[in-house]
Amino acid sequence: MSSRLMSIIRKEFIQILRDPRTLVLIILMPIMQLFLLGYAATTDVKNISMAVWDQSQSQQSRALLDAFRVANYFSIDYMIGSENEYRSLIESGQIRAALIIPPDYEIRLLEGKAQISLVLDGSDATVGGTALSVAKLIGQSYATKILTEQTALTGRQASFNPPLDVRTQVWYNPDLIAAYFNVPGVIGMILYFITALLTASAIVRERERGTIEQLIVTPIRSWELVVGKILPYAILAFIDTLEILVIGHWWFGVPVRGDVGLIFLLSGLFVISSLGIGLFASTIANTQQEAFITVMVTMLPSIFLSGFFFPIEAMPKFLQYVSAIVPLRYYLVIIRALLLKGVGAAALQNEIIALSIFAVVIMGAAAVRFKKRLD
Amino acid sequence: MNDYLVQAANLKKYFGETHAVDGVSLQVASGEIYGLVGSDGAGKTTTMRLLVGALKPNEGSIEVCGYDVLRQTEQARSTIGYLSQRFSMYEDLTVLENIRFFAEVRGLSATEWLPRSMEILEFVGLEKFKDRRAGQLSGGMKQKLGLASALVTRPRLLLLDEPTTGVDPVTRQDFWQLVIKLVGAREGDGVSVIISTPYMDEASRCHRVGFMKNGQIIAEDTPSNLRARLNGRVLELRGGPLDVLRRVAHSDADVEDVQAFGDRLHIRVSEGTSKAVLKRLKKEITEAGGHVDELRSVPPGLEDVFIALSDHEYSSVFQPMN
Repeated sequence: MSSRLMSIIRKEFIQILRDPRTLVLIILMPIMQLFLLGYAATTDVKNISMAVWDQSQSQQSRALLDAFRVANYFSIDYMIGSENEYRSLIESGQIRAALIIPPDYEIRLLEGKAQISLVLDGSDATVGGTALSVAKLIGQSYATKILTEQTALTGRQASFNPPLDVRTQVWYNPDLIAAYFNVPGVIGMILYFITALLTASAIVRERERGTIEQLIVTPIRSWELVVGKILPYAILAFIDTLEILVIGHWWFGVPVRGDVGLIFLLSGLFVISSLGIGLFASTIANTQQEAFITVMVTMLPSIFLSGFFFPIEAMPKFLQYVSAIVPLRYYLVIIRALLLKGVGAAALQNEIIALSIFAVVIMGAAAVRFKKRLD
Repeated sequence: MNDYLVQAANLKKYFGETHAVDGVSLQVASGEIYGLVGSDGAGKTTTMRLLVGALKPNEGSIEVCGYDVLRQTEQARSTIGYLSQRFSMYEDLTVLENIRFFAEVRGLSATEWLPRSMEILEFVGLEKFKDRRAGQLSGGMKQKLGLASALVTRPRLLLLDEPTTGVDPVTRQDFWQLVIKLVGAREGDGVSVIISTPYMDEASRCHRVGFMKNGQIIAEDTPSNLRARLNGRVLELRGGPLDVLRRVAHSDADVEDVQAFGDRLHIRVSEGTSKAVLKRLKKEITEAGGHVDELRSVPPGLEDVFIALSDHEYSSVFQPMN
């Protein structure tokens, strides 16, 4: 490695270490993001507040409520006695669901025609959707249980309404824990953020503070300047990757099923493409603020189109095509597959090829635009 | 090889419609201090940047120490120390770290840079502040750091772009002592300095001065020769009230320009008319109700020369003497 390159890298590290704000950003941001997306942004719904209007007040109705209690998804907070009561509770947001057990519940159950109704607050689609499916499941399993008991009691096969046999199978993340899904996403987002944003502003800072004028007149070559400026941030990005993997694995229990070497290798490929974006942004922007905005303009669509929050398959066709040029999209597939599925490189070859093409194109474009001159 | 360390011919640099540098030719000899003067926007900084290869000219050629700046850019730069107008050291690095960085990227080895850096810091008087962050230095010290950094690789040509603008007079003195020491101490090696400055007292310290206007060097000579161009054409008038003096002086047909210097006026007159003007001006002022304490012919200062050169109509008829 050339000594000039080493000098630039050392200088860059001194500057990073002396800039406490950036340092805090680099070290704490992954942790913050991780905990935000691991906990707050969870789509796991638990303890949905519920009111119960038990008009039956029978042994059977109490048994049904026990089934709901045991499942833990609902928390029975109110026992009420009228329609108006649950209506106002839902309207004021104190409960999200109301369970209504009719007066003839016990009798109809014996006849095999029992009905209960569940009123859900659908204003939060996630909670509503989860509550609905959970309530159905609880109802079904409870019905199965009753049927089995009745069969045992009467000693003959029940002739009516065979209980619906719903068996869902969820692979890789059977409990659908959001953190499993989010942690790999956070790795992608942080890598993108650190490399693209910090590189762009580190390069633009030289121009903004006028130090570029002194750099230009040294024998430093353009590639040395570029590599020397971006390598420290690439190293920091890897430290962040490690940080997220360690916290994700030990704290959130996210599995690391794939080859760790491969994870770092393919993360490196992604880092090259986001460094390219940062470098390209630095050739457009004149101030750090402009650099920040330029990177942000690419970052937000990247996150939304990458499949981080919303599945790409569910997007309109047009947006699906747009997402094809978002490198984060490919990296998310790669990192999620490596962590959760534990696949090898062969299963990811399409993503690897797409990411490689992007890296070459953006780096090439940035290199063409990047000139070691003032004009 | 010729005697000139710097040879630039017909340099042109356009920024869109603006002709920032419009045909500058420049020759600087070994051991010479060459001053570029001119008002803001005259093209001094652009010329400096062209000389060091930080900008690419639209036209023209530059040779420094025998290297073509456009084609052998890095070799040429290795002979140049450049101090830009804007402070361009890293504020978050210490004095020594800055010097080290620029020494290393210019090719000083791990064993060379430290003794050389200490030597140069001592030369500019910053050795006590070597561990201070550059951002915490005073304006003058910052300029000295810039100078030290430019000097660390022993350049043969030093380009100083308005190094003393915004620096207090005492520090300006210090700075100039360093520059003069540098040229003097190393006359054998033939170090040259090109310095741009808006200050006339600094211009008069240069061996040769080029006056820039609208991207061109419109006059170039030694300070004394430049002054000689106005010999016998500057009158100094002291008296009162100032507005009367000014009005009467302006109305005289042979008076080209009137400038206030503190409590006195400098009056520039046309070639060969000073005696006549001296005679009649006193009378005219008295008739207009003013009084004259002193009116005499004085040796022109560089300032008078540059004001004359800046005068648009006048500069076209102000031909260089040979």
